[in-house]
Amino acid sequence: MEDPATSAVRLGGFSLRVWQKGNGRKLGFLTGFGGLPRWVPFLDDLAGSRTLVVPSLPGFPGGARAHTLLDTHLDWVLAVRELLDGAGLRGADLAGSSVGASLAAEIAAIWPESVRKLALIAPFGIFDEADPPADPWAQRADNLPGLMCVNPEAWKQLKAMPEGADPIEWPIEQTRANEAAARIFWPLGDTRLAKRLRLIEADTLLIWGEHDRVMPRSYADRFATGIAGRTQIAIIPEAGHLAELDQPRAVASAILGWME
Amino acid sequence: MKLMWFHLMPYTELPDDFREKHPSVWVDIHSSLCDPKRIHRMYNDFMDELEYAAACGFDAVCVNEHHSNGYGLMPSPNLIASALARRTRDAAICVMGNSLALYNPATRVAEEFAMIDCISGGRLIAGFPVGTPMDTCFAYGQNPSLLRDRYREAHDLVMRAWTEKDPFAFNGRFNQQRYVNIWPRPVQRPHPPVWVPGGGSVETWHWCAEMDYVYCYLSYYGYKAGQQTMTGFWKEMARLGKDRNPYRAGFLQFVGVGESRQHAMDLYGEAAEYFYGRCLHVDPRFANPPGYVTEASQRAGLQSQVQQAAGGPLGSTTGTRMQSVARDMNSIVENGYVIVGSPGEVAEQLRVVAYDLNVGHLMLLLQFGNMDKELCRYNTRLFADQVLPSLRDTFAEWEDRWWPRPMPASQRAALTKLAAD
Repeated sequence: MEDPATSAVRLGGFSLRVWQKGNGRKLGFLTGFGGLPRWVPFLDDLAGSRTLVVPSLPGFPGGARAHTLLDTHLDWVLAVRELLDGAGLRGADLAGSSVGASLAAEIAAIWPESVRKLALIAPFGIFDEADPPADPWAQRADNLPGLMCVNPEAWKQLKAMPEGADPIEWPIEQTRANEAAARIFWPLGDTRLAKRLRLIEADTLLIWGEHDRVMPRSYADRFATGIAGRTQIAIIPEAGHLAELDQPRAVASAILGWME
Repeated sequence: MKLMWFHLMPYTELPDDFREKHPSVWVDIHSSLCDPKRIHRMYNDFMDELEYAAACGFDAVCVNEHHSNGYGLMPSPNLIASALARRTRDAAICVMGNSLALYNPATRVAEEFAMIDCISGGRLIAGFPVGTPMDTCFAYGQNPSLLRDRYREAHDLVMRAWTEKDPFAFNGRFNQQRYVNIWPRPVQRPHPPVWVPGGGSVETWHWCAEMDYVYCYLSYYGYKAGQQTMTGFWKEMARLGKDRNPYRAGFLQFVGVGESRQHAMDLYGEAAEYFYGRCLHVDPRFANPPGYVTEASQRAGLQSQVQQAAGGPLGSTTGTRMQSVARDMNSIVENGYVIVGSPGEVAEQLRVVAYDLNVGHLMLLLQFGNMDKELCRYNTRLFADQVLPSLRDTFAEWEDRWWPRPMPASQRAALTKLAAD
């Protein structure tokens, strides 16, 4: 399998990795909880028929320590906007998972013209006291893989240290990814995104793992009802919160079908 | 050296099967375990104990801050400290301390500490902890990724509030105030001594050295476990060109004094096992929120693991340390968590601790776990009468530049009896 091309976008003195692979119309993807410390099969599935562009979010793997520049939610949203522009994704289709899906939704709400079609996999950003999401930062280490994926091995494979990686920097980078997510979403995951859903004009596909243990299934309906554009919900069987890791083919196929 | 009397204020009636039936003493400990009428008793007993310690001649009484915690009933140590300021005469009042990032604006800390300093006539030691993950990130919802930046900024705000003569505007990342102008200002000028409790991160050592603050290692695991941290601290001070003045450091130690070692084992076994068995039962999921431990400390911890060095405290947190604690009295004593013995034996051990760790401020936990008031008074009195005198001259050659400078006793308000008495 061919490696993706790697370039960089500068953000306040930090250099953030951008992966690109495939041909055809551009499709952007923003990572889920834990980030993308390595290229995963799901990305190949997306790159099969599109030019897939994957910018790294600040503080997530590939995103250096750029999260340290960002104190407020406005800082985060503006940084993601700069990142998408820098990666050549203005006006392109945009997909995101979990934490990245929440930021993709923000971009579509605040700059409606900058996103063509949207696909969101179990986004963060909303908190319903009657049906709260799981707290991903208050977990015993051995619980996390099964919380994120139906098949814990999928998460473990994402996080396993590759041969030749720095045994000190690799685990620090994985902790940093969780920290960056916390920096945006601590403590409840509620960024008041619910207020802005009505501003999203893009047609939006909401993808939910059938067995998502982090984001309750009821949140799919909230997003679908709140978003102004046309929406559709796709439930992925045998998948958890990071459905793209559990069922890469099925999730990629749902996204590509929606973006056609 | 200074011998200081520290109270954690533990709830003393956690059930026998607490470990089996309940996931955590901290953060999500269930309210059904807490009887406010019993806590009324406990608070009054505990405050009696602190006042008694001051009357017995300890150099300071110490209180600290915890939230949603079954072994620390002081969400606001300032409330206790202000009561102690009224009921003690000469002892320093050590608030160890206020977790700066939890106050918005942090000006509140400058105000309350200034009040305590005024009420006590300048006897306050101002402790500035970052705070544990359980207290700050979980019980108080602070963002672990921003906690230390908030802490530093709050520190700067408090310092300016204490020291600047004129009203000023503070435009921080997290605190914005158009008019900072606290009333009252502290009695101690330019400000009360600042002590910083820390877990063992190199950054905290550097900061204490830079700011000339006292570094306190407040571990529950005694002098043996503390040796590595304090050795690291002094090595770093030497590297930075600082002298070995033992008053740069504070250290916490549990102590039980009896007629003999066996007598002390018998007297204090139950209370110690209660503390290490029930009070440190913390759910590991609250131990280490991402970002709480700095990357430099993570790196130092990982490097020491990679090099197979002795497992140290670097890179770990209060919560992670609690996972592997010894819980039976023999191991508790064997590991050095609690020092027990006759007055002579305890004095000898503490002298060794003071010299080995080079600490001039020894904070003593003479009440711990479910120890009752009577035993606490016995321990306190015996220590004050027969241990304290033989330790006081230790480090006499060094000056303690970090101790409160109160108003002269003749100028301070006298303790008064209740008006109705």
